[in-house]
Amino acid sequence: MEQHYIYLDNAAATRLDERVLEAMRPYFFDAYAVATSQFGYSLGIDARDALDDARARVAASLGAAPEEFIFTSGSTESSNMALKGVAMALGARSGDRRSSGKGQHIIVSRIEDFPVLHSARALEKQGFQVTYLDVDEYGRVSLDQLRDAITPETILVSVQAANQEIGTLQDVAAIGAICREKGVLFHTDATHSFPRVPLDVRETPVDLITVTAHLIHGPKGVGGLYVRKGTPLAKWMDGGFQESNLRAGTENIPGAVGFAKAVELVTPGETARMQGMRDRLIERLLQIPHSRLNGHPTLRLPHNANVSFRFVEGESILLHMDMRGFAVSTGSACFSRSLEASHVILGIGGNHERAHGSVRFTFGRFNQDRDVDAVADAISDVIEKLRAISPLGKE
Amino acid sequence: MPLPYSEIVMEHFRHPRNVGRIEDADAKAMEGSPACGDMVAVYLKVDPEELRITDVKFESYGCASNIATGSIITEMAQGKTLEEVKAITWKQASEALGGLPPVKVHCSVLAVDGLRAAVQNYEERHGLVKERVPTTVEVVRKRLKRVMNPVVGLDLVRTKLVEKIEVADGTVRVVLHLPADHQFAANILEEIAEKIEPLWDVDQVVVEFTE
Repeated sequence: MEQHYIYLDNAAATRLDERVLEAMRPYFFDAYAVATSQFGYSLGIDARDALDDARARVAASLGAAPEEFIFTSGSTESSNMALKGVAMALGARSGDRRSSGKGQHIIVSRIEDFPVLHSARALEKQGFQVTYLDVDEYGRVSLDQLRDAITPETILVSVQAANQEIGTLQDVAAIGAICREKGVLFHTDATHSFPRVPLDVRETPVDLITVTAHLIHGPKGVGGLYVRKGTPLAKWMDGGFQESNLRAGTENIPGAVGFAKAVELVTPGETARMQGMRDRLIERLLQIPHSRLNGHPTLRLPHNANVSFRFVEGESILLHMDMRGFAVSTGSACFSRSLEASHVILGIGGNHERAHGSVRFTFGRFNQDRDVDAVADAISDVIEKLRAISPLGKE
Repeated sequence: MPLPYSEIVMEHFRHPRNVGRIEDADAKAMEGSPACGDMVAVYLKVDPEELRITDVKFESYGCASNIATGSIITEMAQGKTLEEVKAITWKQASEALGGLPPVKVHCSVLAVDGLRAAVQNYEERHGLVKERVPTTVEVVRKRLKRVMNPVVGLDLVRTKLVEKIEVADGTVRVVLHLPADHQFAANILEEIAEKIEPLWDVDQVVVEFTE
């Protein structure tokens, strides 16, 4: 790794905060026992207390009661659990006693991240009907389209709180209000916004929320699902009776403790600082000729900038940036494992070319103000170099 | 280096040879399109007596694999006769680069196609092309050998994905042994169209998926 490596891919993973590691340490070496009931041995009771405390703290950050929060292995599991758990509870045909058979229709947005999108597709293969909501040029779903899409068969609406690539925030409160009015469950994937963009379940009508620790300088492999009291959700990870008998498996106590610590360390001041860096970076990037912002200019994640540069390709940009000591991401087909261009850029009406030259920059706690100019200078240079060898944009 | 590219690929990517355009080129070709991904342009200067390449340059709108292949094949083509250049295969280019990741083969093949198309362009411009041959199943099969199965980095024919080819009245029908929702279905579809549609007597290409 380069000496001055500047990491701007915090929407993919973040560096662990040392304070999180310190909070977790005792639960690896001292209170390492399995969480036991109050009638168990003391080491297990200590572990149980730590888990309860962590659960209460993460739940409180959403305005939720402790028993409404389930720890999972991360946001992928949480979103699978929300979609498939509701589908099993409400949607399965007669014969499955876990299901009430309310209906088999699910609504998701077209630009959801893969855990939601692919869970919906998996359910589609099992006979569920899925409506994929279009989004506007900024990535916002149309509330009218949502309202029209809900039928008596609809059991769940899943629309993300913020987009993973272009950072666009959805109007979660308005979507929740429509779902509540129509009597349909509402899940939101808040992987990228939690807890920087406030979401309080006492004010916002949302039934299920996906969150994760690894994007806020917490450990990988721990996340959670908020489940509003009374929400029908079938258990699909079978085993023991952990997590209110909704998710079997020995509890990841160090992970839960780390998650709670990571949430606690996120402050509004820090988020405001990131937003300042984001705005200055966007301003600099848009000074590069033939560039355009992807996502909404203001209704976007405080730490996300995403810009498309014409006539150049994302993987080449990324590799040149890496050589200069910067980590960024791209929606180019060449960079994806499926060779498909970003479904998000295509979803907001962009073409393959716009996806091809899209670059995502996401800030984290360890970025410094001077990183903004450094990355803007480097990318300007890289774009210029690649445009010089491109057959496009010369005439 | 944690990247999936060889040192040679990275070296050519960092410092591509023969980059740019030749303003008074004797022949040029553009392969690929911005709509479906990578694109490469190849320019040639040819000695008309010897039919030998005196200069070759390329431009790339593509990933590292595309840029590196453009660099190495223009190096390989420099000073060669047109017949020698036509014999340069993607395999030779890939070996010279120390190999390429399977998923990146198609971007690399595009660069080789660009060079071949430029030679073809020279031959067409200078009356060196023989009679136009009608498209047959064999012609289609040969072209499909240049469409890669990104899972393994080998072509569709060799990986036995082509179940059936039919050619009738300007319509080419290709049946693939692949589910329609396969991870790379859209990508393969695009590449087939790209390779078959330019044939002079083909009006449309129909691809069907089995499974």
